[in-house]
Amino acid sequence: MTIRGAAFIAGIYEHPRREIPDRTIWEIHTEVALGALADAGLTMKDVDGIFCDGSAGFGPMSLADHFGLRPKYVDSTETGGSSYLAHVGHAAAAIAAGKCSVALVTLAGKPRSSTGAERVSFAAAPESGFESGWGINGAAHSYALAAQRHMYEFGTTSAQLAEIKVAASIHAQHNPHAFLPYAVTIEDVLNSPMVADPLHRLDCCVVTDGGGALVIVSPEVARTLGKTSAKILGHGEAVKHTNNGHTDLTYTGAVWSGPAAFAEAGVTVKDIKYASIYDSFTITVLQTIEDLGFCEKGKGGAFVSDGGLVAPFGKLPFNTDGGGLCNNHPANRGGMTKVIEAVRQLRGTTHPAVQVPNCNVVLAHGTGGSLGTRHVSATLILGQEDV
Amino acid sequence: MSQLPAPAPLVTSTTEAFWAGTAQGRFILQRCDSCTEVIWFPRRECPYCWTETLTSFDATGKGTVYTFTIVRKGGGEFAGSAPYVVAYVELAEGPRILTNIIDCDPETVVVGMPVEMVFHDTGKGNARYRFRPVVI
Repeated sequence: MTIRGAAFIAGIYEHPRREIPDRTIWEIHTEVALGALADAGLTMKDVDGIFCDGSAGFGPMSLADHFGLRPKYVDSTETGGSSYLAHVGHAAAAIAAGKCSVALVTLAGKPRSSTGAERVSFAAAPESGFESGWGINGAAHSYALAAQRHMYEFGTTSAQLAEIKVAASIHAQHNPHAFLPYAVTIEDVLNSPMVADPLHRLDCCVVTDGGGALVIVSPEVARTLGKTSAKILGHGEAVKHTNNGHTDLTYTGAVWSGPAAFAEAGVTVKDIKYASIYDSFTITVLQTIEDLGFCEKGKGGAFVSDGGLVAPFGKLPFNTDGGGLCNNHPANRGGMTKVIEAVRQLRGTTHPAVQVPNCNVVLAHGTGGSLGTRHVSATLILGQEDV
Repeated sequence: MSQLPAPAPLVTSTTEAFWAGTAQGRFILQRCDSCTEVIWFPRRECPYCWTETLTSFDATGKGTVYTFTIVRKGGGEFAGSAPYVVAYVELAEGPRILTNIIDCDPETVVVGMPVEMVFHDTGKGNARYRFRPVVI
């Protein structure tokens, strides 16, 4: 595939001023966006892809929230001054692949007139004045807000959340590299210190150094290498934000990223033999499983109970490496390890005690940001070559 | 119970009017003249129709607890404050906003509880809006 002829630059806008002390960076993003859209003969409503650099607050999450958009595709590739050329190339590729049809690339900055606070872009994001200073000092404090509301609306219990940690720990005992390579019980979770009600210490993932890498290659190269067990079948991503004060903490962006990935892969939840589910906290897993459609909304507690997630024979074998809850959450980011373990399952190279038989289609899901405010959900579906 | 720290917020040109209002015990919301939607947090443009004709009005300060957590170990300025309650309160006007629930035993806070707004002076020309239970 090539992007040659696949996309055109339809609108341009250069901000006419060279010193803008009376606008915030986000107001400038909005101004130039509206200017370029007008030049193209489009409106903000037409935009379904957002491309920005690392200076735009918490990247595309902050921008989508500020613009009031729910893009189907986001990219915050940061390559300094060449970022925006890269964004154009990426946008063309995305459009050629049908990921979006109107991609918005914006740049805004105030090196001449920024106040001190605004130079630290994340701290100066439009929402941060209203979301800091309340004593939210860790991710657990924010995720707890989502857990509490889920419990209120659906009757989910702490014991049900604990089942998720227990399943991960059963898997972790077979992983010699796991940070916590031993099984725990529901009682162990419930008796661990409360961090932020209703989340206990053992509802939280581990903090570890480390990292990981992936090499993505063409089918031709994969065949030459004999590495054909992990074909990329489908992908979806979505920003879930505060929706102008209409925050709903009972679901995640997986309600959008999941269906997109399933549709592209041409499979359904029934085809998924194994799932790597982002597990920063137990509540992250519970909501994601519901949102991906593995069970009805609100029924995640029942689904994970009685070993529902335990490999190899549970309803949905998950995180057979022990996940972020027990194995590894390098750099406070669990997405890399989710993909790696999904590939291991397809290759049949996990520990025999947790290897899912006939594992030909798998899912990996990531959650970046916070369930308590805004996050980006990303879903991948992978399969063996003959799928 | 000792009062929670009231750190000064980041104020931008977009939010200057909002924060100035808090010094007078006002919680200023915006409503879009074109589509009539209430807007939270303050913006120059409506996030629904992207017009700039927004009208400010004062919230009633009444609301209910949408969700909450009891933080058992604080950090930073809140290091010595635990246990304390972080919550989303749903304002009578609609928006759900992050805040603290104060002036009560944290263990008595429940989802759906009626609350009312109070203001804590930051010492920097504005105030932090928090909520206490409505005494019936």
